[in-house]
Amino acid sequence: MKIIVCVKQVPNTTEIKIDPVTNTLKRDGVPSIINPDDKTAIDVALQLKEKHGAQVCVLSMGPAQAENALREALAMGADEAYLLTDRAFAGSDTLATSTIIAAAIKKLGADVVLCGRQAIDGDTAQVGPQIAEHLGVPQITYAAAIDYDEESQALIVKRQFEDRVQTLQVKGKCLITVLSTLCKPRYMNVWDIVNQDEKEVGKITFADIEVNPADIGLKGSPTKVKSTATKQFDKTIETLELDAESAAKAIVDALKQRHLI
Amino acid sequence: MADYKKALFAQMIKDFAETEVKPLAQDVDEQERFPVETVEKMAKLGLFGIVVPKQYGGAGGNYDMYISAVEELSKHCATTGVILSAHTSLCAAPILEYGTEAQKQKYLPDLATGKKIGAFGLTEPNAGTDASNQQTVAVETEDCYVLNGSKIFITNAGYAQTYIIIAVTGKGPKGPEMTAFIVESAFEGFSVGKKEKKMGIRGSSTCELIFENVKVPKENMLGKRGEGFKIAMKTLDGGRIGIAAQALGIAEGALDATVAYVKSRKQFGRPISAFQNTQFVLADLATKIAAAKGLVYVAANAKQNKLPTLSVNAAQAKLFAAETAMEVTTKCVQLHGGYGYTREYPVERMMRDAKITEIYEGTSEVQRMVISGALLKK
Repeated sequence: MKIIVCVKQVPNTTEIKIDPVTNTLKRDGVPSIINPDDKTAIDVALQLKEKHGAQVCVLSMGPAQAENALREALAMGADEAYLLTDRAFAGSDTLATSTIIAAAIKKLGADVVLCGRQAIDGDTAQVGPQIAEHLGVPQITYAAAIDYDEESQALIVKRQFEDRVQTLQVKGKCLITVLSTLCKPRYMNVWDIVNQDEKEVGKITFADIEVNPADIGLKGSPTKVKSTATKQFDKTIETLELDAESAAKAIVDALKQRHLI
Repeated sequence: MADYKKALFAQMIKDFAETEVKPLAQDVDEQERFPVETVEKMAKLGLFGIVVPKQYGGAGGNYDMYISAVEELSKHCATTGVILSAHTSLCAAPILEYGTEAQKQKYLPDLATGKKIGAFGLTEPNAGTDASNQQTVAVETEDCYVLNGSKIFITNAGYAQTYIIIAVTGKGPKGPEMTAFIVESAFEGFSVGKKEKKMGIRGSSTCELIFENVKVPKENMLGKRGEGFKIAMKTLDGGRIGIAAQALGIAEGALDATVAYVKSRKQFGRPISAFQNTQFVLADLATKIAAAKGLVYVAANAKQNKLPTLSVNAAQAKLFAAETAMEVTTKCVQLHGGYGYTREYPVERMMRDAKITEIYEGTSEVQRMVISGALLKK
């Protein structure tokens, strides 16, 4: 079984601050991390490898610095890593991105594609399902558990809904998007950190894949971001010094006034 | 070692120490318990074999990495730091340096993967700083050495399965002839005695070892007969860098906790970080820590590259880092005021933990002897 895990390098949003003047995210000096859902997907692939034997290949699209995310995946135990990087890819929205990634997956060949549910910087949850459509394979989103049944040679996937869990069995090629709650991803290990030289990060450019130039980059992106706004929080604090009974009444009144109760 | 590997390792060990080690530190101290679960996790990540070459099951990393692991773990829990230091510097390293090929193949893979934990036995009730006054004897017979005697204050005792033991094998020209042996806890006649109740590093297991007619196979002699004292001293040169890293980590952990505290603690209507006394104390502590860090990594580099300055580098690193840890933690408790004296805040534990770094693997006085001895010999 060959598994390709799609990962995205994202800014660590827990460390992002907002510029109070321009209302934009201050990204300078914010460390980059592997998107949390994607990191869980890497762990799931490595678990399948340990239990049932698999080749785990990690794929990312991004600038040269995204190689760090792939190096981290190799240090967790992945077998191979590829970086899709080319100026022609710049400005791609989710549709163009999924077109490029799907073309790379076709070239590399995969039995199972694992993606994180969504990225913490874009929050679209579109790229995984779109890749599945381009590849023409079944997709299972919101996976909360994944296992492989040797007898039926099928993956058993638990799909998390708000109010229920659906258990699905899938045979043959497929794409699954994974929730970060599925498991706590493993740490990198010292062996795979030190012995990275044996696993090079392969580069895939526009010339290496079969895509129509009109379908990628800015040209191939129907989505245009017109503007972004930061949500404003009203943080005024009102202090009341009252005895317990009056204080309780005052709180209830204040909540009612704001239609919160 | 490529920079990106150093960066990945730094990210991993920081993440591991904060997520897995920090939350247990207070409990490990209060319950005086050896953190078995942490040791298992460390084993899985390869932390027990950082410097062991790949052909013996290790990662083949360098001393910088290993030392930074001890430092990072000790920022949150000095107990966890010393488990790794004693295992690596005092057991895996001497087997790597003085072991025969057969000994390396037999013992290093289990040590590197953390399947077995390592320890070292030199100190005896009457042989502390005067380490050559050994009473433990190993008598050669036809097929083995028979070991009798006891050791005290042995770090990792009880949890370790592989021990480097120094014993007297006869009379030498300048006193007792000493020899090093690899002793397995499973050998008949080997037992662990009294467990010490300590001021600090209370989760670290510190016990007596007792040898009653322990038959040690001849092939378990480490190095040559009569080389035991030399092997012990060279091993301690390496061990001191680990303890220096532990001391450095304790100091850094205390300073981090104190910086956070002084910003939130208010007196006279403002945070105590607004007072110049606080600012100046913090500045001095941070500067001493930076100096200690420099010495620690100079010594790690000397060990990695087998430089002739190793003994002095290691002694200076340990002396300065240990005394820095003691000063930093004492002043951090002072900056915390009454709260710093309670177990609500980690600096109380860190101050108790710091003290041992001025004592074990050679007291500060021994380090001064090593440093001045090298100076005056010139």
